[in-house]
Amino acid sequence: MATFHFELVSPERQLFSGAVDQVMVPGSEGDFGVLAGHAPFVATLRPGILTIHADGQPKRLYVRGGFAEISAGGLTVLAERATAVEDLHADQIDREIRDAEEDLTDAKDDAHRIKASDRLDQLKSVKAALATAGATH
Amino acid sequence: MPSLKDLRNRIASVKATQKITKAMQMVAAAKLKRAQNAAEAARPYAEKMEAVLANLTGAVTGSDAPVLLSGTGQDKVHLLVVATAERGLCGAFNTSIVRLARERALALQAEGKTVKFFCVGRKGYDLIRRQFDKQIVGYIEFRAVKQLSYAQAEEVSAQVLKLFAEGQFDIATLFFSKFKSVIAQIPTAQQIIPAQVAGGAAAPAADNAPYEFEPGEAEILADLLPRNVTIQIFKAILENAASEQGARMSSMDNATRNAGEMIKKQTLKYNRARQAMITKELIEIISGAEAL
Repeated sequence: MATFHFELVSPERQLFSGAVDQVMVPGSEGDFGVLAGHAPFVATLRPGILTIHADGQPKRLYVRGGFAEISAGGLTVLAERATAVEDLHADQIDREIRDAEEDLTDAKDDAHRIKASDRLDQLKSVKAALATAGATH
Repeated sequence: MPSLKDLRNRIASVKATQKITKAMQMVAAAKLKRAQNAAEAARPYAEKMEAVLANLTGAVTGSDAPVLLSGTGQDKVHLLVVATAERGLCGAFNTSIVRLARERALALQAEGKTVKFFCVGRKGYDLIRRQFDKQIVGYIEFRAVKQLSYAQAEEVSAQVLKLFAEGQFDIATLFFSKFKSVIAQIPTAQQIIPAQVAGGAAAPAADNAPYEFEPGEAEILADLLPRNVTIQIFKAILENAASEQGARMSSMDNATRNAGEMIKKQTLKYNRARQAMITKELIEIISGAEAL
């Protein structure tokens, strides 16, 4: 299978760099898969699970805030937070959900309220996804 | 003329000081390595961000550009974000950053502009407060923070962006010290709001392939620009951390050397005084024996 270059960068360090077969990226308007030879593309991320398919077991990482850029050089994902799913603690998600709930109650106008409730929904779906993943393992 | 005991005490105290400065220098050297690594690790993110921004700003121009990019259209009120260290004993590190900010502030005030300060770090706050107490609109210190992380930069940028959203200022400039080498740190001013994009519209993508955007370009840009402010602040904080340790290392090295010189001088003085005393005692004994 054709591979392409993938980089996952957070402000603090580079988490992944290398050749991969496929990457599933949680875009703000829906998940999308990237294979070799993808057209140039820029998308923002929503909090979610990014899956890297390379040799062996697929690698799953929780990413939050940032964007993905696909160019001829490959795929680059810039995420403000990126944690391997195995290292992720349930209470961390819970804390973010609590923050989002606070944002929702603090929101002054509709635009903010919609944004906050979207975030809350996204985080809850991440939590649900993690819970099912944990059960199958 | 100090007595022998005085001299001995003085030498002992300088030796103790020298031990402290030596230890501080070594600690700074170890911390510098870590700070440099952190600054290096942050580089790919910032570079990528810049590249994508340059691409996007070329596509989104004119009146629909977000205010973070195009500015408020005025330059009346300036916000100077001054990032300094939490601790002293690092040579001219803090003062040189503050001096640059102060010169800028005075120049702006002479032009009739309003200047506001936002202080990051205790040392800068203490220095700026003396002259511009009423103009400080915000202050954040990281004294309790052991390892600087992105969360700190987020904290600063959230406050700065909030002030901007409230229309408290038109232009924000960030003051920090760029790390060039252990002996050279350059105090730097960088405009963060409105964003300055390298190359700007004149820099098309290297591979010339038109990008597709999801959601639209304007939405991505609106999402990206606040992040860009955060990453600029993060970069500045990390550069500052490396510069601080570098400055501390070289200034503590100087202090250790000075203490060594002082010990040498005092020891010479001490030995001279001791010999003079022995000679005096001998003369006294001999002249006493002759008198018999």
